[in-house]
Amino acid sequence: MTAPRDKLGRPIVVVTGMGVVTSLGAGKADNWAKLTAGESGIRTITRFPIDGLKTTMAGTVDFLPVEPFTSVALSERLAELAAEEAVSQSGIGNQGDFPGPLFLAVAPVEMEWPQRQELSRAAGTADITYDDLLRVAGGGERVSWHHRFQFISVADYLAEKFGTKGSPISLSTACASGATSIQLGVEAIRRGETDAALCVGTDGSVNLETLVRFSLLSALSTQNDPPKAASKPFSKNRDGFVMAEGAGALVLESYDAAVARGAPILGVVAGCGELTDSFHRTRSSPDGKPIIGCVRKTLADAGMAAEQIDHINAHGTSTPENDKMEYLGISAVFGEHAKKVPVSSNKSMVGHTISAAGAVEAVFSLLTLEHQRIPPTINYEIPDPTIQFDVVGNKARDARVTAVMSNSFGFGGQNASLILTREPA
Amino acid sequence: MTEKTASVPAPAEVWITGIGLATSLGEGLDANWDALAQKRINVDEKGFAPYVVHPFAPVNFDAQIPKKGDQRQMEAWQRIGTYAAGLALDSAGVKGNKDILGRMDMVIAAGGGERDIAVDTNILNAEARGNSAPGFLNERLMSDLRPTLFLAQLSNLLAGNIAIVHGVCGTSRTFMGEEVAGVDATRIALARIAAGQSDIVLIGGSHNGERKDLMVLYEFGNFLLRDKFAPVWDRKDHTGFALGSAGAFLVLESKAHAQARGAKPFAKLSGAVADHSRRKQPGDLAATLERLWAQLGPVASGGAIITGATGAEPATSEERAFLARHAGFAMRATGTRFGHTMETQFPLGLALAAMSLSRGSLFPPGDSSGMEIEMTGAPTQIVVVATGHWRGEGMALVEAIG
Repeated sequence: MTAPRDKLGRPIVVVTGMGVVTSLGAGKADNWAKLTAGESGIRTITRFPIDGLKTTMAGTVDFLPVEPFTSVALSERLAELAAEEAVSQSGIGNQGDFPGPLFLAVAPVEMEWPQRQELSRAAGTADITYDDLLRVAGGGERVSWHHRFQFISVADYLAEKFGTKGSPISLSTACASGATSIQLGVEAIRRGETDAALCVGTDGSVNLETLVRFSLLSALSTQNDPPKAASKPFSKNRDGFVMAEGAGALVLESYDAAVARGAPILGVVAGCGELTDSFHRTRSSPDGKPIIGCVRKTLADAGMAAEQIDHINAHGTSTPENDKMEYLGISAVFGEHAKKVPVSSNKSMVGHTISAAGAVEAVFSLLTLEHQRIPPTINYEIPDPTIQFDVVGNKARDARVTAVMSNSFGFGGQNASLILTREPA
Repeated sequence: MTEKTASVPAPAEVWITGIGLATSLGEGLDANWDALAQKRINVDEKGFAPYVVHPFAPVNFDAQIPKKGDQRQMEAWQRIGTYAAGLALDSAGVKGNKDILGRMDMVIAAGGGERDIAVDTNILNAEARGNSAPGFLNERLMSDLRPTLFLAQLSNLLAGNIAIVHGVCGTSRTFMGEEVAGVDATRIALARIAAGQSDIVLIGGSHNGERKDLMVLYEFGNFLLRDKFAPVWDRKDHTGFALGSAGAFLVLESKAHAQARGAKPFAKLSGAVADHSRRKQPGDLAATLERLWAQLGPVASGGAIITGATGAEPATSEERAFLARHAGFAMRATGTRFGHTMETQFPLGLALAAMSLSRGSLFPPGDSSGMEIEMTGAPTQIVVVATGHWRGEGMALVEAIG
């Protein structure tokens, strides 16, 4: 019999349902098969013209038709699909009646170019100002655009569809958003406010302007040909991340509640940690202290020692900066163990799903625990000699995995880590 | 399995120990309080005509954001917010205290995305003149967008800037979702402190209402007040809200943590609740507000309500029906005095409630409709209400300390 509370006397938080969509496909089965086979979902962009762009590939999800296309609508569809899979696997509640809150990691919402251009055409003059756009915006013809481009829009739809309780929270902590959504769910269950939470991270942001914005920050890989070789975490010749789309969803429950209803227990969220970096808007503190602090807080929250972590699902974006800093931070905390623990980055295959990444990678980490098999880091042809991780290069590796650390580090100094285990510690 | 019955420690009492305000009425607590007392309202009916706005009262940003380089990396909403956050830290007496700031948590309510109006209009004009080659937009965006503009647009970069400028470096979470994001930030911060998951949290938000790109979004739904200012309760002929610019931040802290460092509280934050009505039938919204009121716990009659009612319909009429059931309460609408500051409206209401409680009087009515009545005597409880113009409802109970 396992104790229903963790070492710190808090309710144990377990995962009873998971769903995932990436550029590799929809659902856990398809994703896991392709992930462990080392397939890439990165391809040349066909959604919009790529003339004149430095980066012309991304991990777009092109198999889900969304009409009319907006990044918000795609984010919503991705989240819906992932949440459906998670809720269905969990068997929790009733159709449209989820017994807990929604925590949604979603990209900031804004009106997009097709709408701006349509307004401009409707204004019908050649010397357009925002006053002209305002003149044609009103009248109620485009009230649906107001709803579509509210920040609460995606959560509003999901809360209705799944019948989550209370005020749904939409959040952004940049590339750590998915991890933050899980963390908020864990905290709510530990406080005893709820027995269950639906935590979703979603991102359908591959539109022209967002790609240009990241490109202008020199954050993206420009190794466009072939697209599948662009994302190469921990390689010496890595040159940036690859934008990608996807969603991950987890049903979190207290151990007690899950056991009481005979739910499948897919894993445990043993610990969460977070520490803000105040060094720079896009770069990590060179001494790595915030990442080190984040990793230490996570281990402390789980009541575990670094030696008990037997796999790291890295943030591993494939930017020169991130991969270097992630090694620096991990090696400072893990010591010699940093060189022995197998490390892999899913982003080598699915790209960087930004707001969704923490949730998508939590699902992959739990699948790693379930299958006792670590997905590879593909494109690992020229290892960076300064990063002495045991990178699971190019081929999946069977391994005994009992505890995975999943890292997420983002713009604005956002650092968050999770520890996922198979059984309660 | 016996551990299951282990006793849960009593929730920690949560104090408001710092307030930072920079609004259309001025900077700091006294300037805002004096303007409210004098019933002064700062409205611009011409600059964005036909739309009415409450423009930001200029401040010396250098006072809270000393590096010009930092100021340049921000757009107006971030500068306003980073400035007001600094005022809140000063007010709480923790500014520069690395030990506390290094573990202080942050929950921010943010919108985002100020656009470069010139870039947009140049592109639209070129397209209107027939320039529609497939790569045209690509080329213009690649060459015309300022690289750092993205960082001024990202919602979580208000928190990022507060971390960089003021060193608030515990955890950092940014909630989005218009008005109710401000309630959720309060609710989660309160819950975390009450449960011992945090000792001290900076909450708040900031908004720049003087933006035509943002007005387009609200004009889609005919939500903007036009032509002439009127108090929120007196907009029968012209419904809608006048956007306002403001930053409002509060330091929330456990009583024990505040006492240990000798901090003086403004007020106690006793509860915060929120919900999400789909508003399908008339009366749904009023019923949700009534339910939230009941969830807040016992509120003695004869108290006060500070609401962020927007003036948008049908939400404001529904809220009026709810308020009519609590007619014994002296009510104040911040929308009349500050305009609608979206994510910031709820933290602004909390700040005014805490000030009223600590100063022993509710600020006077500022309204010609008769909805707002005088309050004699010192308030001991104030309920702060948020009703989103489209979605989201929330409330908090703020109480006087001893």
